[in-house]
Amino acid sequence: MKILSEDRTRLLFEKLTKYIGVNVKLLIDRPDGTYCFREKKDRVYYISERLLQLAHTVKPDHLISAGTCFGKFTKTNKFRLHITALTYIAPYAPYKLWVKPSSEQQFLYGHHVIKSGLGRITENTPKNQGVVILTMSDIPIGFGVTSRSTTDCRHADPLATIAFHQADIGEYIRSEDTLV
Amino acid sequence: MGRKAKFDETKKVKKGPGRKAKKQPDPVFKKELLADDKEDKKLSHRQKQRAARRLKKKKELAEKRKALKEAKKNPKPENDTEEAVSALDDETPKGFTDDNKEWLKPKKKGLAKLKEIEPDSDESDDEGLGEDENDASSKEDDDSEQEIKDTKKPSKENYKVGTLDDLFNDTDDEQDETLDNEETGDSNKSYNSDSSEDSDNSEDDEDEDMLPIEKANVKLKQKQRLDKKLADEELQLNIAKQDVFAFPSEEELQNPTSLQDVHQRVKDIVSVLNDFNRLKEEGRSRCEYTELLLKDLCLYYSYNEFLMEVLMQIFPVQELIEFLEASEVSRPITIRTNSLKTRRRDLAQALINRGVNLDPVGKWSKVGLVVYSSTVPVGATPEYLAGHYILQGASSFLPVMALAPQENERILDMCAAPGGKASHIAAIMKNTGSLFANDANKERTKAIVGNFHRLGVVNAVICNYDGRQFPDVIKGFDRVLLDAPCTGTGVIAKDPSVKTTKDQKDIQRCFNLQRQLLLAAIDCCNAKSSTGGYIVYSTCSILPEENEWVVNYALKRRNVKLVPTGLDFGTEGFQKYRHHRFHPSLKLTRRFYPHTHNMDGFFVAKLKKFSNVIPEPFKDEDDEEEAGQENENSETKEAEQNGDVPEDQKIKLQTGVKRTAKPNTAQPKEKKQKTDDSPQPTTNGNVEPINNQKKKKQKNKKKNKKGQKSEGQSNQTKQEDKPTEETKQTTKQNTQQDPETKEKAKIEKSNKEKVQTKPIVVDKANENTQSNESNGGTPKKKKNRKKNKNNKNTNIQNQINKNENNITDKLEIAAAKKMKNNNKKQKQIGQLNSKKDKPTEETTKQNTQQDLETKGKAKIEISNKEKVQTKPVVVDEANANAQSNESSGGSPKKKNKKKNKNKNNTNVQNQINKNENKITDKLEIAAAKKLKNNNKKQKQIGKLNSKKEGGKQGIKKNLKKSNPKAKG
Repeated sequence: MKILSEDRTRLLFEKLTKYIGVNVKLLIDRPDGTYCFREKKDRVYYISERLLQLAHTVKPDHLISAGTCFGKFTKTNKFRLHITALTYIAPYAPYKLWVKPSSEQQFLYGHHVIKSGLGRITENTPKNQGVVILTMSDIPIGFGVTSRSTTDCRHADPLATIAFHQADIGEYIRSEDTLV
Repeated sequence: MGRKAKFDETKKVKKGPGRKAKKQPDPVFKKELLADDKEDKKLSHRQKQRAARRLKKKKELAEKRKALKEAKKNPKPENDTEEAVSALDDETPKGFTDDNKEWLKPKKKGLAKLKEIEPDSDESDDEGLGEDENDASSKEDDDSEQEIKDTKKPSKENYKVGTLDDLFNDTDDEQDETLDNEETGDSNKSYNSDSSEDSDNSEDDEDEDMLPIEKANVKLKQKQRLDKKLADEELQLNIAKQDVFAFPSEEELQNPTSLQDVHQRVKDIVSVLNDFNRLKEEGRSRCEYTELLLKDLCLYYSYNEFLMEVLMQIFPVQELIEFLEASEVSRPITIRTNSLKTRRRDLAQALINRGVNLDPVGKWSKVGLVVYSSTVPVGATPEYLAGHYILQGASSFLPVMALAPQENERILDMCAAPGGKASHIAAIMKNTGSLFANDANKERTKAIVGNFHRLGVVNAVICNYDGRQFPDVIKGFDRVLLDAPCTGTGVIAKDPSVKTTKDQKDIQRCFNLQRQLLLAAIDCCNAKSSTGGYIVYSTCSILPEENEWVVNYALKRRNVKLVPTGLDFGTEGFQKYRHHRFHPSLKLTRRFYPHTHNMDGFFVAKLKKFSNVIPEPFKDEDDEEEAGQENENSETKEAEQNGDVPEDQKIKLQTGVKRTAKPNTAQPKEKKQKTDDSPQPTTNGNVEPINNQKKKKQKNKKKNKKGQKSEGQSNQTKQEDKPTEETKQTTKQNTQQDPETKEKAKIEKSNKEKVQTKPIVVDKANENTQSNESNGGTPKKKKNRKKNKNNKNTNIQNQINKNENNITDKLEIAAAKKMKNNNKKQKQIGQLNSKKDKPTEETTKQNTQQDLETKGKAKIEISNKEKVQTKPVVVDEANANAQSNESSGGSPKKKNKKKNKNKNNTNVQNQINKNENKITDKLEIAAAKKLKNNNKKQKQIGKLNSKKEGGKQGIKKNLKKSNPKAKG
């Protein structure tokens, strides 16, 4: 568990900002104690200071995970947000997209969201904006990036992709081993 | 929309037609269709007259009947006036005389007709009145009675041409008769009682004006009654016969016909065993029945005999069957609501919408749901993926409920994978505090990671340690949950392979591990915690060896006590099982069975730690047994590693571990035997692999030893070769001269327990040295030792520590002496090689001397008594510790040790740690010495090769040098 380098911190926050905007600072300033980002084997963990201290007693070789994994840095040094971050991203995300029950399953298998499956979308969502994707019953099931703005969506072809798939909760089953 | 359903019972539902319902008028029937009650009115005048007459006749007849009864009572004939006789009577003029005319009379036309046709088979004059067979009325009256009564008497029969009616009656009668005849032999009493005279008579009064078909009916009924009676009797008889279960012959046993038969036999045996005194076969003991039952159950449910035997000891027969049946069917799927993300009601609604049929699991849980059926895979719904629930057996809720975690506590789940219980704990804590989820298997920790993230558990640290080492990592937990790995005899429905794969050794392995884990769990817990200090131990096994016995073991060794689990159902834990007598408080533990609670078999015990001090270990039965078992286990492991186990040893092992159910009285003797057995395999076990290595070594040493064949090639690498030399040398006598080894073994045996402890200890020491050696560097050890000494002098507080030190010292001395002896022997070997004149006598002498020496040492050791007893365990731990240090620590050893020393001086709290460290130090020192000796020996061998005589002297010198060191 080491502190993130300046560079990587920047990358991480850029990515987070893409999804939750200014709410990033809510992740840092919390009323229930200080939380921090730590890196282990290129994975980034979000963990409270208190728990971090306890986690230090565990030798690095034996430590599998602590707190919540947010994602990982790729070999090309880009940050990739994992589905495990959804717990923190979903409540703070300003832009959301709801999918119809019929296309829930499609999305959970890793497909993009198409117009016909689009149930609802936050007003004035810009293009290429990170959005949290929810079912019609408000269960967050993943996140993606919009390919069109809200206004464009209205006129889009039924089969046109509205949001690109980034991560979905189906990964808990599909790729449990590589998750963390 | 629609009408509201009123499920409320308090409100009465209105009866009768509703406000809007039109009432339909009563149906109107035509006169012709109406009932014929009014027919009487239609009767014509004549008809009425006739009816009146008929009535009159009836009355008269009734009177006559009374008269007849009286006549029966007093045979004097009475003279009464009579009415005219019917025309039909003419046919049988003889029948009607003055004597009987008062009562012999046709009643009715129809009846008379019938009479006339009837054959009157069983007419006889029992009343002493001159009767005529064909006399219609009398016949009618007495028909049934006589049939019943007078069957034995030969009846006169009068055959007549009859009509169809006749035929019908005839057959009836005849049947009755024959039946009666048959019956009277065996069961006439019951029959007679059934149709007693009185009832018959009264009936007959009414019978008179019955239609033929009615009469037939009556008869038929009677017959049926009779039949039923008979059938009942026969049934009783049959049952009585069936109950006596015939013990199958040898042939039958050897050639089982079908599973159905076996099943039937099982049922039979169970019924016999339930009422053994009554149903047993003469000359058969209960044992025979139970053995047969055992075999049959094994066959029918496909268990291995060992497991079935164990189960039979746990359950009474009837319950056993229930258990086995319950173990065949799987439990219903249960899910646990993740209270971090949703509520049970919402989840249930969402799942019902998806087509899942579910119900709350019971009143005892607020988060459990039972899934009865589902149209979608329950493990892949969006709700599941979103972490709203987790698939978890109902029994897995129990340990967490017993643990009762509080918010802001520090909690450890020692064997957490796949994280079901751990996430339950986190959910109850509402993501506050901190949760350590540990699992020994790295692959399975991934499941914990996945589940925790899915369920939104953020306060957890997931780590991968062997649970036994966890106290070294972090301590001071408020609560610890230990769901120990087990044989899984409670979840046979889930994994049927348990039925056939488990045997005594598996169970032993399991409960040894469980004991160590439980002790570690207790050590991790902090007794001074304001809110906690609780440990929950659970397994999914139902064997007392893995449950009560383990808890009992912990009760003796740590400052813990059992407290109620807080689960209001489940059966109490055993306080005694076979020859074991557990602590009475073990009834506070809870057992759950598949057949009684419809959940997996489970065991839950909740312990409260009341002091952080680890009490001084003491000797008791568990200890000894454990020592023996550990010995065996380690042995087998060694053997497995080495790949080759001598055949005789294998057998010994098998026999050694055989399960014996002996009464208490025989126990001590048995134990002794066990302990006697145990050392032998060790020595034997060491023999072969070492032999191989030795040969190899000798090869390496320019093949200077001619006499020995080089058969086996050791698989081990050179690195390993070095340390094993020591073991070689310690057991050299064994390897060199076989007859001698035997002798030695005998001597050792005679020494019994005393010597027994020794081989183990030496073994352990050797292992330790192995591990040390692999690390490299020998020179550092002297310093350490000195430090150690200092430490000893300063640390007077730690008595245990001291004891252990003493032990290790003694060990060292013993080892050193052995070394000496070995050296001598090597010398001798050299001599033997050079000049074969010297007979082997000398060596034997020396060996015996050695033996004496070792004996002496053993005695010294035993004078330490308890200390020595506890040693194997301690040393083992130390070994583990040392190994772990080596494996983990990249830093040089010295530093570690120094650190340890410092810690020892400063950290007064971490007593255990200290002790263990010290032990390892000491062991290392011992090992170092041995190494030294070894080196010397090797040198000596070289010398021997070059110059034999000079070498001898050199060795002696060396030995002298090494001796004081060892003793100092």
